[in-house]
Amino acid sequence: MENNVIVRLENISVSFDGEEVLNDFSLDIHDREFVTLLGPSGCGKTTTLRIIAGFLYPDSGRVLFDGRNISSLPPHKREVNTVFQRYALFPHLNVFDNVAFGLRVKKLPEAEVKQTVSEMIEMVGLKGFENRRVTSMSGGQQQRVAIARALVNSPRVLLLDEPLGALDLKLRKEMQTELKRIQQRTNITFIYVTHDQEEALTMSDTIVVMQGGKIQQIGSPQDIYNEPKNAFVANFIGESNILNGVMHDDYFVEFAGAKFTCVDKGFRQDQEVQVVVRPEDIKLVAPDAGMLNGIVKSTVFKGVHYEMLVEQAGYTWKVHSTASEQPGAQVGMVIGPDEIHIMVKPEDKAGD
Amino acid sequence: MIKSRFAAVPYGVWMAIFIIIPLALVCWYAFTDASGAFTIDNLADIGRYTNVFTRSIWLAAIATVICLVLAFPIAFLISRMSGAKQTFMLMLIMLPMWMNFLLRTYSWMSLLENNGLINRLFGLIGLGPFEMINTQGAVVLGMVYNYLPFMIMPLYSVMTKIDRSVIEAAQDLGASPARVLSKVIIPLSVPGISTGITMVFVPAISTFIISRMLGGGGNLLIGDLIEMQFLGNAYNPHLGSALALVLMVVVLLCMSIAGTLDNDDVEDMLL
Amino acid sequence: MMNKGLKRASVVYCAIIALFLYIPIGVLIFFSFNQSKSRNLFTGFTLNWYKELFQNEMVLKSLGVTLLVAAVAAVFATVIGTMASVGIFSMKRWQKKVIMNVTYIPIINPEIVMGVSMLLLFSVMKTLFGHIGVDFSMGIVTLIIAHITFNIPYVILSVNPKLRQLDRSLYEAAMDLGCSPVKAFFKVIVPEIMPGIVTGFLMSLTYSIDDFVISYFTSGTSQTLSIVIYSMTRRKVSPEINALSTIIFVVVLTVLLTMNIVDIRKETRLRRQLQREVRR
Repeated sequence: MENNVIVRLENISVSFDGEEVLNDFSLDIHDREFVTLLGPSGCGKTTTLRIIAGFLYPDSGRVLFDGRNISSLPPHKREVNTVFQRYALFPHLNVFDNVAFGLRVKKLPEAEVKQTVSEMIEMVGLKGFENRRVTSMSGGQQQRVAIARALVNSPRVLLLDEPLGALDLKLRKEMQTELKRIQQRTNITFIYVTHDQEEALTMSDTIVVMQGGKIQQIGSPQDIYNEPKNAFVANFIGESNILNGVMHDDYFVEFAGAKFTCVDKGFRQDQEVQVVVRPEDIKLVAPDAGMLNGIVKSTVFKGVHYEMLVEQAGYTWKVHSTASEQPGAQVGMVIGPDEIHIMVKPEDKAGD
Repeated sequence: MIKSRFAAVPYGVWMAIFIIIPLALVCWYAFTDASGAFTIDNLADIGRYTNVFTRSIWLAAIATVICLVLAFPIAFLISRMSGAKQTFMLMLIMLPMWMNFLLRTYSWMSLLENNGLINRLFGLIGLGPFEMINTQGAVVLGMVYNYLPFMIMPLYSVMTKIDRSVIEAAQDLGASPARVLSKVIIPLSVPGISTGITMVFVPAISTFIISRMLGGGGNLLIGDLIEMQFLGNAYNPHLGSALALVLMVVVLLCMSIAGTLDNDDVEDMLL
Repeated sequence: MMNKGLKRASVVYCAIIALFLYIPIGVLIFFSFNQSKSRNLFTGFTLNWYKELFQNEMVLKSLGVTLLVAAVAAVFATVIGTMASVGIFSMKRWQKKVIMNVTYIPIINPEIVMGVSMLLLFSVMKTLFGHIGVDFSMGIVTLIIAHITFNIPYVILSVNPKLRQLDRSLYEAAMDLGCSPVKAFFKVIVPEIMPGIVTGFLMSLTYSIDDFVISYFTSGTSQTLSIVIYSMTRRKVSPEINALSTIIFVVVLTVLLTMNIVDIRKETRLRRQLQREVRR
């Protein structure tokens, strides 16, 4: 991936009514990447987006765009465009005029406007809908108009604020693929805000996990999922079993009353750590055939797999398996070295 | 929209000059005499007009109650009609409102006269003539006629918001029609009732046209008194201001009793 | 929901209320065609009173004054009121509360008190301006000022709900697409709140044309139609009033009907369009 940074946020702090939303926040966003800001509501992700768009000015810190300081530039002079959460289509204009809005503000010749807008409408699959009133369209169609309206201005960066939040599940999946396709085709940097981890994993090149106005982890979807840096990330992305453990040596960890080989090293001897094991990484075997023994407390059918809660030495494990065990059954559990993820234990208790 | 607060500045200045200062002048005149010295004589003088005040309040109150009784059923009926019928009925009710107020009142003069149409009709069946014009009854009639739509409209606008299923739920739970009315419809109409009361009572208590045209000289109301102090023969703006001040206080008191002041939806209902 | 008897009773009730509202107007109109001056004995058909009305200088002049005052006052009230609404919208809670309470004053306060208070202001102003040698007499200017004052609150009350319904991000979207804040306001906000502005303007116009009490106290030497009507009703009975009533009624009826027909047309067009789209 090219190392050219298009948007750089430097030590941004923002507070509303004395409540700090972003605290000394810094982030680099590379050109042509699909970056997702992921986090629970109130984590500061939308605030970050609004700062990049220019709707909000930070209390301190700088916003650099292509190396240029744009911290005090008003929104209409920035080379970014936004797809709003509830689309914010202009109800008094039809589809064509909505899409043409930005070009007409720039006073482009009408012939060019017509050409560009028509192409864009076609790209988002709305050909033939040009004269429709936006208020009479479905959510998915409105979504496409909003994307076309932003993209037609050929921004360097497209900001998307939970754009799929208002759609139903099926449409959301469709639009995820569609958005990824559009991003690859237009080669524009997408900064995408969502609280939906699945959406983030599906579309992003890079995921920025945020909480409490701070970045918890930056990485590719694989990194984030497989190597969560802390309990918050592990919990927020996918489901996990998180246990306290002790790192006795490189590649050697003890948790849940048993000792395991793992793939991590570089810890102090006998350092206290947290261990993450994904529920689908636990294999259920016959009692005493595994590393741990437990009793199945409950079994729920989830479609693709069964979700079982297994009690073992006072800890309740979440286990996913395509085969089911009856509640009350004795089972053994096997966890491979690759499936054990070691995280540094946070000094404070903020992690839980 | 960040700095757009300043768009309200011209309005603020305008209202300060043409609303606040004039009202302050009313207060100032009320407490001074012709030489500009402070006095409470003007307010004390009002004691002489107690009968006018009680008459105004009494007639306005009767008119308000009659309006409420007449308006409640019709507002409810309209609110339950189908779309087109509703529009038609609302037009029917509003149309007279768009006629000039003076003309509407004038029309009753010719009907109520001693040799007017109504007395002529009574004459045909051997009754009357009745003394109708220049009575308190005529004044109340004029008030009801002029202000009835002011009661119907706010009632209608709260009643349209009463969902049909709420009424059906009450019936389903075993409420008789009377109970549905007293336990569901009336409580849900309260905001409209209080707005309606205000919108009828305030103009009724302060009118000077209706009393002059239908009440003759013998049924002076507060409005007539005030008008006489400013434009009439009794010219005395200080006494007039004192009267206006008291009228404002009476109106505010009545409104707080009706509960209009803490009604957030006044806006919806006035429009 | 209703049984038959109740239904019939309700129809009868509606009819009674309608008769109550319309009989006086009907009588007025009927006697405008009466040959004699009597307002309760019909002696024969004539259009004389209309002819006389249209030759009545005072009526015609006052009609001109009324329309001029209403138009000027409505324009000013609409501009000031719309600006005020936008300003109020971005105010802090307590500021909003204070200014809205002032806004309610002209609506809630008895008209006579508003009229009298402005009369006092204008006479004080006359004295003050007199000191510096400027003649400030009550007339068409004070009339317009008074009308603007009682009209603005209606404009604010009709624009405010439209602003509240507005999606805040529309304004941001316009800026995002390259509009300066002022341009965004005119290109996006104004079209969105236009129905409110138009309602406010029309309300101002009608309240101005209809107003009597406040005009009565602030008009000085000029006369609006309402004031002329008032003086006509005070003097000897004249069927010209009936003729005037008839004309006003017809005008109002026409305006209301066309407004409704336009509304209905718009609705049917919309419905047809929707149907077409559904079929497609």
